[in-house]
Amino acid sequence: MTDDTADDDTATASDAWFAAEGAASAETEDLAEGAALGADDLARRVREGSAPAPDDWPTVAVETGFADDETDYESALREATLAAARATVRERERADDQQLIHAIRAADDARRTANELAERVAEWGGSLFELDGGPDHAGDEPEAATAPDTADAGVAYARSLADRDPDGPTEAHVVSLAKRVATLADEADRLEAYVEDHAPVVAPNLAAMAGATLAARLCSLAGGLEQLAKKPSGTLQVLGAEDALFAHLRGDAPSPKHGVIYTHDYVRNTHPAEGGSAARALAGKLTIAARVDHYSGDRRPELEEELDDRMATIRARRGGDGE
Amino acid sequence: MVTVSDADTTLPDGVQRRTFEGKESLATRGEPVYGEPTDGSWRAWDPHRSKLAATIESGLDTGLAADDTVLYLGAANGTTVGHVADFAGRTYAVEFAPRPVRDLLDVCETRPRLFPLLKDAREPATYAHVVESNVDAVVQDVATRGQAAVAARNAQFLADDGRLVLAIKARSEDVAREPQAVFEDVRAELRETFEILAETRLEPFHDDHLALVARPR
Ligand SMILES: C[S@@+](CC[C@H](N)C(=O)[O-])C[C@H]1O[C@@H](n2cnc3c(N)ncnc32)[C@H](O)[C@@H]1O
Repeated sequence: MTDDTADDDTATASDAWFAAEGAASAETEDLAEGAALGADDLARRVREGSAPAPDDWPTVAVETGFADDETDYESALREATLAAARATVRERERADDQQLIHAIRAADDARRTANELAERVAEWGGSLFELDGGPDHAGDEPEAATAPDTADAGVAYARSLADRDPDGPTEAHVVSLAKRVATLADEADRLEAYVEDHAPVVAPNLAAMAGATLAARLCSLAGGLEQLAKKPSGTLQVLGAEDALFAHLRGDAPSPKHGVIYTHDYVRNTHPAEGGSAARALAGKLTIAARVDHYSGDRRPELEEELDDRMATIRARRGGDGE
Repeated sequence: MVTVSDADTTLPDGVQRRTFEGKESLATRGEPVYGEPTDGSWRAWDPHRSKLAATIESGLDTGLAADDTVLYLGAANGTTVGHVADFAGRTYAVEFAPRPVRDLLDVCETRPRLFPLLKDAREPATYAHVVESNVDAVVQDVATRGQAAVAARNAQFLADDGRLVLAIKARSEDVAREPQAVFEDVRAELRETFEILAETRLEPFHDDHLALVARPR
């Protein structure tokens, strides 16, 4: 049954998910070989196999001795398709939201560490190269060589030092450290790009509405997409503001209006007087998006439209302030 | 308990109109799966939750019959395909998103002839080694861009006298365009492969959805 080599648009018995692998065998051995494939192999064939066209597989199965009759075929097919689906689900689940969470956390760690080390490089390098004071040292990158005051400028300054030829063992340490900052910042960039690519696969609606990074952060704060989907929208609204929330519960502070969703344009760039409404509206829609992503996986572009309409209404109350 | 109406002439054997908690509803016989009302071995099939139920409810003759072999595209968590498997024969349920398939697997547990396939309906070669030829019906509800193309690619599974029962969601093709215009394009594309036999809008059950029944050319 495997020496049938017709190609193009016709299927052959060897394409079947239950076809024995390897060399052609005498007909009497087909059953034994089919059985020898084993449950795991059959499930794998369901997952990985393909055929140019369908065929009357139930009949082929009985004719080649894979199954005694249709009922026997159906129970084998059921076992194999269920096992295949289970295995794929398990594999993809492991691959998706938890991987996204690891990636965003790693990106944050890499970024934070790069920025911290950049500060050290700035302090050390600045003092050292200013002490040396030679125009050859500060000359080529005048802006970056002055004390950097933002995290980005800090990394840029480190990058500029990384390219220097160190003069003596002390400079060698600073330049080496600056090189580490540069590669760590590059790693953070790559991890963030991974998050950008993968968040829409893991949570298509949430990523479309929140942006990939915020979608990943929300999953991370909740512990997973499923956990996020099960939270009420009031909880999503303050995710990332746990300290403020506990202070509020102790009676020390007003209740926080928003957590990490503050980074969303719809909260940050809405007039402060409407910030609470904006955060509530955004959290409501993001909660629905997370639920759709978790429970159905269906893409619902209308959710974005509804959010846009709602935000337009909220912002209109302030006559377009904060736009 | 069973009320017979004119529309019942289009009901496949194994699908009935029955009364649940005072309300008439389509029903099939099988293990309940999503908390739907039951009556003995019958369970209600809610047209608000199922485009196929809405299609039948709208009076369209789907041509579906008991013991049909069915290829179902866009099975999601199995709500509709579970009802189909209650009255049909071998039922192949294709869905490409892993998350809903977890629930679909539960539906399969109690249905010996319902076969889940975690595959992309745009790539029929990846399941043609499992799904048999000459199926009686392809039921499609993928709610994604390119719905007519998905139907055309899967026409190869249909018997010559088989039926395509298709739900088209206008917004999945283009959120901004008029549903009417979207449907017109979909019909034109379908006609390259199929002859359209009947159609109906699915309001009030599903907004901006069109259901079509077609057969291969
Ligand atoms: C509207 S839902 C289907 C609901 C289901 N028919 C029911 O009534 O129970 C659409 C489903 O199609 C799936 N889908 C979309 N594109 C697909 C494709 N190319 N292949 C397989 N499934 C797809 C989505 O993942 C989603 O689960």
